[in-house]
Amino acid sequence: MKQPENPQSELRDPKLKVVFVGHVDHGKSTLIGRILHDTDSLPEGKIDMVKKACAAEGMEFEFAFVLDALLEEQKQNVTIDTTQIPFRTARRNYVIIDAPGHKEFLKNMITGASRADAAILVIAANEGVREQSRRHAYLLSLLGIKQLIVVINKMDLAEFSEKRFLEVESEYRKFLVDLSLEARAFIPAAARQGENVASRSEKMAWYRGPTVLEAFDLLEPQKADVDLPLRFCVQDVYRFDERRIVAGRIETGTLRVGDELVFSPANKSSVVASIERWNAPPDGAAVAGDSIGITLSEQIFIERGYVASHETDTPIETNRFHADLFWIVREPLRVGRPYNLRLATQEVKCQIVSIEQVMNSSTLETKIDKREQLERNEVGRLTIETRGPLVIDNHDRIPNLGRFVIVDDDEIYGGGTIFGGVYTDRSVAKSQNIFWSEGKITARERALRSGHRGAVVWFTGLSGAGKSTIAQALERELFNRAMQTYVLDGDNVRHGLNANLGFAPEDRVENIRRVSEVAKLMADAGAVVITAFISPYRMDRRRAREIALEGNAEFIEVFVDAPLDVCETRDPKNLYKKARAGEIRDFTGIDAPYEAPEDAEIVVHTDRQSVDESVATILEQLLPRLKADEPNE
Amino acid sequence: MVKFVIIAKEDTVMSQLSHTHLDQLENQSIFIFREAYHAFKNIAMPWSMGKDSNVLIWLARKSFFGKVPFPVLHIDTTYEFPEMLEFRDWATKHYNLNLIVKINTEARERGIGYETHDPVTVTHELKTVALQQVLAEYKWDALITGIRRDEDPTRAKERYFSARNAQFEWDYKDQPPEFWEQFVTAAAKGEHVRVQPLLDWTEVDIWRYIQRENIPIPQMYFARNGKRFRSLGCSPITQPINSTASTIDEIIAELESTRTTERAGRAQDHHERNAMQKLRAKGFL
Repeated sequence: MKQPENPQSELRDPKLKVVFVGHVDHGKSTLIGRILHDTDSLPEGKIDMVKKACAAEGMEFEFAFVLDALLEEQKQNVTIDTTQIPFRTARRNYVIIDAPGHKEFLKNMITGASRADAAILVIAANEGVREQSRRHAYLLSLLGIKQLIVVINKMDLAEFSEKRFLEVESEYRKFLVDLSLEARAFIPAAARQGENVASRSEKMAWYRGPTVLEAFDLLEPQKADVDLPLRFCVQDVYRFDERRIVAGRIETGTLRVGDELVFSPANKSSVVASIERWNAPPDGAAVAGDSIGITLSEQIFIERGYVASHETDTPIETNRFHADLFWIVREPLRVGRPYNLRLATQEVKCQIVSIEQVMNSSTLETKIDKREQLERNEVGRLTIETRGPLVIDNHDRIPNLGRFVIVDDDEIYGGGTIFGGVYTDRSVAKSQNIFWSEGKITARERALRSGHRGAVVWFTGLSGAGKSTIAQALERELFNRAMQTYVLDGDNVRHGLNANLGFAPEDRVENIRRVSEVAKLMADAGAVVITAFISPYRMDRRRAREIALEGNAEFIEVFVDAPLDVCETRDPKNLYKKARAGEIRDFTGIDAPYEAPEDAEIVVHTDRQSVDESVATILEQLLPRLKADEPNE
Repeated sequence: MVKFVIIAKEDTVMSQLSHTHLDQLENQSIFIFREAYHAFKNIAMPWSMGKDSNVLIWLARKSFFGKVPFPVLHIDTTYEFPEMLEFRDWATKHYNLNLIVKINTEARERGIGYETHDPVTVTHELKTVALQQVLAEYKWDALITGIRRDEDPTRAKERYFSARNAQFEWDYKDQPPEFWEQFVTAAAKGEHVRVQPLLDWTEVDIWRYIQRENIPIPQMYFARNGKRFRSLGCSPITQPINSTASTIDEIIAELESTRTTERAGRAQDHHERNAMQKLRAKGFL
């Protein structure tokens, strides 16, 4: 099925890649078969062979069978995945990528459509706009496909009626407006009979627009955008010889020797000394789409993931942003769970802070219900927080820097597009040294990196009240939200740090003092430290608070409250029994006092609340206090 | 050894503002090479000395500014054309390549050979098993291959980065999605990832690029005495086609008028129905 090719167009004009989508049975295969036939792109004798086979089976000939036969021949019993079928018009060469009709359609449609220059959406006139007609268009808009041709097919089943055509067109046009998509053409067609495919239909003389093939020729290859602001994404820094070459691809814009570039997120500048290409004529400029290398006049630290721009038009640097995310795997997306996020050549850890809306991709109806997870094939509008600073653009401004994938277990789980990011004037920020100063690392910088502030969460309560159990459950909850957290309790400090201390009152005081100091340091390092000690004396707890505040760490006292008799009944370590029997001395609640807190930030009643309920109570009040500041405020 | 060098007639000056089809392919391949080189510490590139293989080396040098920063691997079946071996030695020196040659000596000692066995068996033993052996030895996480979607129906389904399990199996029925040029860049223990920078190229693209860049290739691709090789493999099972094409322009003209497939002269593909599919499912490149 090799086509005679026009060498000039082959060399100069890239092949235009088109993808066919639409509701099942609306005629995608028939339309493809018809196009291949009408453009003389089928191998010799193919049609006759299929016609004969149909006659032998007593079936009516269908163009869809031609495609089936072609694919059958191509696939040799292998399930079709992304495949390519070429055809050409007088104007140029085309490739149909991803033929329709297989099971894992979504995964493959996304893979195929993401490489397409344009999409052909097929709607059957008799059935009208259906679920997949809408969902596919929605996915196309998320993938960034801008050129769309809508073929209203099977007009023969709607009596070639202009009224019916206009009905379907008007309904679908409205839907596309909501997606900010605009169809290049709505074409009434009957693929089976070839009406308005290659030749103008006499039965639909009322239609004055282009035929399907004419509309194809009006499409343009999706070009890397030279007119947008410069974004040069660093893939690597090479030192194969004496040169230090920053290698990468220009996603948008133009880069010239002598340009001053700003590298984000470091926000450092240097001037382009040379543009490096091997075995190519020297050139003082490189444009969107070029895979190049550059050398700089001033050696600044640069690594993979950095994005170079011109100072007048820098990208956004943030660790928190809004996005629409489509989810393609069975395992649901969960709020708080850590994932990897890849955007251009950047890769960072991230977590979903919240899912604000879930959108039905076929009706575009949004449901605002605070969801904790997103299921396969759903699209969520959500807030994402990354561990480190991320360089982004809004998708509607610079698509290549405004889209990202969520990766887990080295597989792509979903893809998203960014909106609503606020651009700041970086030259101002730079002069005020707001971003990433070089001096001592501040608590705020640490918080921006980890996505939360450090804090001391001080549990107090009787033995058996449930401090350790709740502390561990809380630690797990925080950990699952990708937070740095650690529990200090008798088990891990008594054996080492405080191994020389007993249970006498002065030893207890010293025990708590040391724990307070360690907790402060860990909180200063950015961790959420949970301490689980009886810590019976008000004075000791006040001191723990003061120590924490000295270190600028937030101190949150949690009173794990349960009546003595309840604790004594639980008696998990048989300590009460031993204390009652006089085998241990100075036991809190028996022969030593417990001074209940009067102004604890959080109180849980473990005699009435389960572990889960207690943890929920704590989380509700704790999490807002741990939020990192917005970086751009 | 000037004899491998082809003099380009094509004007190589390009307009920077409008990328040609070849520019796009080249830029994309370079991007893929660099992604792979960053993602995998331990990487190698099989090299058959065929036209696609030589384009691959050329693109590696484009990507890494003249250097090929990883070993190239020749799986020597011991049935190589002498001209190919001559070319191998010339190019290794000329490009300063770190060449690793692997022969499945164990199979040869067992008497596996085209004289006594069918081509599918021999290809499997002397190519795929040899590759498994050398992979086990060097523990590469990734192999950069020169396969193209248009070569063979099963290759049409490939991704740019495609994981192979320890048994070398390729699960083409359930491949992960690949979009926005974000690739699977990790190999589990015992696995490796096939990186395929030429996936979108066609046979004609390869020839036009060889012409544009003046890339040295073995002379066997050009017609001598009315015959030329369109695709090169083991000497006993690779047949030349009837052709008078002795320049790249003539080869391109010939390709544009032919309706037979590129690998028609490769016997192992046609030994039995679905031979290529079976070979590939077992790990053949």
